[in-house]
Amino acid sequence: MNAPSPESPLVIANVSRRTFLQGASALGGLVLAIGYSDALRAEDPPKYGADAMPHGWIDSPLVFVAIGEDGIVSIVCHRSEMGQGVRTGMPMIVADELEADWTRVRVVQAPGDEARYGNQDTDGSRSTRHFFLPMRRCGAAARQMLEAAAAARWQVPVGEVQAKNHEVVHTATGRRLGYGVLAKAAASMPLPAPDAIRLKDPSQFRYIGTGKLKLVDAQDMAVGKAQYGIDTRLPGMLYAVVARPQVSGGKVVSYDSAAALKVPGVVHVVQIDATPGPPQFNPLGGVAVIARNTWAAIQGRSALKIVWDDGPNASYDSVAYKATLEAAARKPARVVRDDGDFTAAAAAATKRITAEYYLPHLAHASMEPPAACARIEQGKCEVWGGFQSPQSARDLVAKRLEMPVEDVTVHVTLLGGGFGRKSKSDFGVEAAVLSKAMDGKPVKVVWTRDDDLHNDYFHTVSVEHLEAGVDARGLPVAWLHRSVAPTIDSTFDADAKQQANYELGMGVINVPFAIPNIRIENPEAIAHTRIGWFRSVSNIPHAFAVQSFVAELAAAAGRDPKDFLLEVIGPARVVTPQMLSDSFNDGESPELYPVDTGRLRGVVELAAKEAGWGRSRPEASGLGIAAHYSFVSYVAAVVEVVVDAKGAMTIPRVDIAIDCGATINPDRVRAQMEGACVMGVSAAMSGAITFKAGRAQQDNFHQYEVTRMPAAPREIRVHIVPGDYSKPLGGVGEPGVPPILPALCNAIFAATGKRIRQLPIGDQLKS
Amino acid sequence: MTKLNVNGKQYDIDLPADTPLLWVLRDEIGLTGTKFGCGMALCGACTVHIDGQPGRACVTPISALADKKVVTIEAIGEDNTGKAVQMAWIDLGVPQCGYCQAGQIMSATALLKLKPKPTDADIDSAMAGNICRCGTYGRIRAAIKHAAGEEGAMP
Repeated sequence: MNAPSPESPLVIANVSRRTFLQGASALGGLVLAIGYSDALRAEDPPKYGADAMPHGWIDSPLVFVAIGEDGIVSIVCHRSEMGQGVRTGMPMIVADELEADWTRVRVVQAPGDEARYGNQDTDGSRSTRHFFLPMRRCGAAARQMLEAAAAARWQVPVGEVQAKNHEVVHTATGRRLGYGVLAKAAASMPLPAPDAIRLKDPSQFRYIGTGKLKLVDAQDMAVGKAQYGIDTRLPGMLYAVVARPQVSGGKVVSYDSAAALKVPGVVHVVQIDATPGPPQFNPLGGVAVIARNTWAAIQGRSALKIVWDDGPNASYDSVAYKATLEAAARKPARVVRDDGDFTAAAAAATKRITAEYYLPHLAHASMEPPAACARIEQGKCEVWGGFQSPQSARDLVAKRLEMPVEDVTVHVTLLGGGFGRKSKSDFGVEAAVLSKAMDGKPVKVVWTRDDDLHNDYFHTVSVEHLEAGVDARGLPVAWLHRSVAPTIDSTFDADAKQQANYELGMGVINVPFAIPNIRIENPEAIAHTRIGWFRSVSNIPHAFAVQSFVAELAAAAGRDPKDFLLEVIGPARVVTPQMLSDSFNDGESPELYPVDTGRLRGVVELAAKEAGWGRSRPEASGLGIAAHYSFVSYVAAVVEVVVDAKGAMTIPRVDIAIDCGATINPDRVRAQMEGACVMGVSAAMSGAITFKAGRAQQDNFHQYEVTRMPAAPREIRVHIVPGDYSKPLGGVGEPGVPPILPALCNAIFAATGKRIRQLPIGDQLKS
Repeated sequence: MTKLNVNGKQYDIDLPADTPLLWVLRDEIGLTGTKFGCGMALCGACTVHIDGQPGRACVTPISALADKKVVTIEAIGEDNTGKAVQMAWIDLGVPQCGYCQAGQIMSATALLKLKPKPTDADIDSAMAGNICRCGTYGRIRAAIKHAAGEEGAMP
């Protein structure tokens, strides 16, 4: 509609008003929290889903759609692309409702600006689930404005015209006008009122649900043109690497840069101050070497002589810490869910069974390590990088440089993997600080792989202690789960020692089992390194323990693990988060998103059926099954393993079933499940970051091994439960990972009789 | 001054002779399609062809390349096999984040030039040095077979 470029101030003014109107009428409350006092907000009804996220959602076509007179439709993607396919999926939703011809659609990446675009924090498997409807409304509104413009041109009632495949048609006369011709007039049409927006019937979808569109970035990726944060190049740009404290909370005491400055290409050495208080998303501090190319900077850093004060975490030792967690897991602790009477039921049970599971720290190890570039000109700072949360990057840079937020622009590149690491924009702040130190010259900071592995925001380490009292049939009548792990909250509050509701609500507190007596406890744990979100987060240890333990109970009862699991889940029923003492519920409405055990049973049965569960198996081969509900989606996996006489394992096949409601881009749902299988296998087989004297001991991929092609599952078969577009959507990016680890270890048990309770598997199968 | 031939173009590089090719490609010449992943030849993200053989640019000093021809992802499409591999990658929707895929494509192209009809074991052995953290291995295998002209390669 010949709309100005998405960055035009004119549009921003338009949008603010539009947002207000839309929020006020459609939701009975203001979407943007700006301007509301805390007191007022406290009286508001609770918000869920996209409404509860900072800056909520925006659905205005004036923000997201621009149509040129040449007919090219530009659609803004405001979420970050890290491999989940969002730059294809999100614009596809708009294009579908807009009746745009995909070959004439261009995708424009939004900078970090949540007031303008709505929430941009690309994590929690939320993008599609929160923006499917806003993006549909956005495309539909644009379509209606084009129809209104055509009707006005032809002086016919708007009801007589219809947008179809990039043009508007007057059905009675056969007259047609292309979107390019209509663009200018359409832009001046009033936005349809929220209650006047006509969404397509799903049977009319052109792209949604078909999985037929190619990825918008695939061509660039295949020819080496795709731009990641690390690929940023600006005139006069300098390159930096940073020597950071190797112990969390460590500081530079003194440094000698003389040798570093003698390395050819090194131009400057500068200290980055550590930030007092908990880590948050602040730079760790350290000494930066700035050079004319990355290699010179790396060489210069090796030549630095630095005296460190390691601080309070200098004795962090993974072996000792494991013992600490185990001791905590064996004592009663804070009760976070208490159904029935565990103690009495366990005492009266036929048998008691106890097991303990251990999972070490994991590093994200995205193939593109953190990297960002910044430049400061005329008092304004621009930052380029692969940020999962560009608004957070913008806020952090503005705070650190003491600039108004409006003077900071964060350009979002492709992310070479994210997995939660790039939700933390510390590397963007480093770039900004270093640009400032160089009088605003563009500086690109690159983390080397050892930086990435030593100074990650690590996935937590945990001990999961489970006890069950079983009846005469071997079914659990009493269930105790003590989950102890340093909390992500510790990254923001140094005193935080207990898992937050968003961690407990990831598969420990909200087990939807048909067990009358359930007690969930959470002992304290002190963090000694930066803990952060890792794809699937606490669902990984919780699902590993719970789904391994159910299989152990099945074995003790002499039952088929799949039938036993279904019996523990119980009959199909709707379980509210309140019934599970779960105050998290993935941030979603308890009414819209209760736990549906029928859907959980459904994926178990689907995965089992597709895997040929129960078929006769060759010796040394085994099938394992596990199911988990996370990110408001239901996933079950059947893993097949073969373990030879020497303990060498191969994974011929995985069958993974997902019920995430309706799918927008089924091919990417498949891709996410395939990737989740490999990441789950990787974590189970070899994933471990260990600490000694406060330092992570793994330097690179020879020590932090991630699964390579020969060890990956040879065949991954994805089974998608058909959904209904009128029902709430589930997440896709993360829920595939959690069931893989227990399904794999349950398969190993089936093949060998060996029960894996300590991850990674490593050499445990070697004889 | 070190002479370098990259994608058919001649360069005189005024950097220490032990500088790894990777950083010369990325920082000096501006060919950023070749990626940094580990710096120790462990992940394959920086795979290029050196006189037709796959090599890791992150551990190859430019001094070792005086009389050799380097081809990167930006030019591999000029080769029929390279082009077929790139097309297979797009057709089968191989990439997720895409960051490692340039290296994967360079390794796969080298494999197919050596063995036009590779077995699964050939693929395992040629691709074991290339890590994909997104876990696209199944589609990579299928795309290699697809580029080799095999039917039913889609997983």
